[in-house]
Amino acid sequence: MTQTLFDKVWDRHIVVPETTANPATLYIDLHLIHEVTSPQAFTELKERGLEVRRPDRTLATIDHSTPTRVNADGSRPYVTPQAETQVETLLANTKAHGIETHGWDSEHRGIVHVMGPELGATQPGMTIVCGDSHTSTHGAFGAIAFGIGTTQVGHVLANQSILMRKPKTMSIEVNGTLQTGVTPKDVILAIIAEIGIGGGTGYALEYRGNVFREMSMDGRMTVCNMSIEAGARCGMVAPDQITFDYIEGRKFAPADYEAACEDWASLTTDDGAIFDKVVRIKAEDISPMVTYGTHPGMGIPITEVIPAAASDADQDALDYMQLTSGDKIAGTTVDKVFIGSCTNSRLEDLRAAAAIMKGRTVAQGVTTIVVPGSVITKFQAEEEGLDKIFTDAGAEWREAGCSMCLGMNGDIGAPGDLVVSTSNRNFMGRQGPGVRTVLASPETAAATAIHGVITDPREFGAAA
Amino acid sequence: MSFQPLTKVTSKTLVLTATNIDTDQIMPAKFLSMTTKAGLGEHVFANLRYNADGSETDHILNTPAGKASEILVAGHNFGCGSSREHAPWGLTDYGIRVVISSEVADIFRTNSLKNGLLPIIIEKRAHDWLLDNPGVEVTVDLDSCEVHLPRNGGTYKFEIDDFSRHCLMEGVDEMGYLQGQHIELDKFEKNQGGNRNS
Ligand code: SF4
Repeated sequence: MTQTLFDKVWDRHIVVPETTANPATLYIDLHLIHEVTSPQAFTELKERGLEVRRPDRTLATIDHSTPTRVNADGSRPYVTPQAETQVETLLANTKAHGIETHGWDSEHRGIVHVMGPELGATQPGMTIVCGDSHTSTHGAFGAIAFGIGTTQVGHVLANQSILMRKPKTMSIEVNGTLQTGVTPKDVILAIIAEIGIGGGTGYALEYRGNVFREMSMDGRMTVCNMSIEAGARCGMVAPDQITFDYIEGRKFAPADYEAACEDWASLTTDDGAIFDKVVRIKAEDISPMVTYGTHPGMGIPITEVIPAAASDADQDALDYMQLTSGDKIAGTTVDKVFIGSCTNSRLEDLRAAAAIMKGRTVAQGVTTIVVPGSVITKFQAEEEGLDKIFTDAGAEWREAGCSMCLGMNGDIGAPGDLVVSTSNRNFMGRQGPGVRTVLASPETAAATAIHGVITDPREFGAAA
Repeated sequence: MSFQPLTKVTSKTLVLTATNIDTDQIMPAKFLSMTTKAGLGEHVFANLRYNADGSETDHILNTPAGKASEILVAGHNFGCGSSREHAPWGLTDYGIRVVISSEVADIFRTNSLKNGLLPIIIEKRAHDWLLDNPGVEVTVDLDSCEVHLPRNGGTYKFEIDDFSRHCLMEGVDEMGYLQGQHIELDKFEKNQGGNRNS
């Protein structure tokens, strides 16, 4: 019987099969936790007198509420006492249950979806969950990885499994040659613009075609990260030599690495396997993308004019963004630029932004902050001198964390600010009340910071 | 996390016509630093309900009619975005027991069902009618999986899997169910062999 990649990984994790009456009980190989969506789950465990079943399959970090600055005296400027309590609660809970935690003193501390792959904990064929919708990121390794709510965090802590019905599968094929200057972020923004923000609801996506085969792991993670922005809980790329090379030598890489690779290599969609839906996009048709509205599906090539509103909701979005149909999006004045988030805060992203900023200066009045995804990423970038390039250009170089992606730690814009952001959500108020967010690639964000207006990075000769 | 069993709800509707209402709107990030669930109803849709100075707006959510409603009718694709369970916690704490839309995002749907909040996807004709007629009295019957519209508006079927329906109607949660599978779990772990540290 021919199977898709998703089917193969799914089948390996069935504890109790699905019936018409009951959902499947799906075993979870790796559970990532952070401070925001776990405290109520630990409380639940305590109230029920339950233990954590597999602390060895659980990994924790702190990222959402953590300040990205350090005070002169070494203390941390938490946005509220509550935020500090939340971080302390996580540290106390994981300590009590013997869960490996990458807290303040770990070089692996960082955004949970940057940490897992960096540790080599994210591996092909796994099931991975986290109380965070961008868990889809880990699908880049050929894992089934999806976000869960806090109740399910409790289920996984106690039972290392969740109840779930098998989703449908969708193949998203991008073949051909990408234009110079088109990045993985542009590819996924183009896909979401094509299928819509609800287009993936109920599906597991598999990204197929030479464009993904040729992409680095950092790029594949950027793509899979935003699967949820199309409504899909997970998105996958089949593992290959690029995947294996990435994992080799990392902390949690399997001891018998050869045998693991051999097994992983079998995790591909069989020829002739049937998907419930197939979407095909030509690589040549994709341009550098930016969003102009208030959800990630409202994206257009940076060279285009803002489309006419097709509905009242579209018009509300344009009004909120203070943008006008028929105007060019390029050239729009910006107030802030944010380079970071689990979508685009890895070394490759920072290198791409630095390549454009090198020897140039950020436009006057445009606050630009660069936030690496993890402490290790920060160190590596500093070794390459990227921090110097950013600070010389007039950008701020911060401590690792989620930062302005959702602004929980207090890194937010002022009402009315237009922020060009490499993150994944441009929802109303996501980066602060009244803040207008434009999603873009690190290249586009860097080029925009230099000119102070939304800028096509190809003006700087950016290469893909 | 047990909750009030849900079998039949009759209530005037609270209507939010916007499409793609994401969980950032339902529960803004600044309320996610709570380490408990209590009192989140106060913050649900905070950006619509409060002015910058903290005073209340005249939004329907702040009116007695809004607060008395147990059925929320929302535009297409409700609950997209972040996985924060604070969204259904806030809605149920506010008093909502049923959400009706023409599409409900996956994670929000899953989270809702675990908190005694019933998400219903209803056919477009009925959805449009509900959006156009805010405040009408609607009955949702989970036993028969039907929504009854008033004024001869008709009766519409909705789908829900038996397992979720059973949990909602009995007010039972899934933790106990999973706890009951420890033999299967032990067996699975034994067959699967090593762990990621091996
Ligand atoms: S960077 Fe943004 S999207 Fe990613 S985990 Fe943090 S808050 Fe969520």
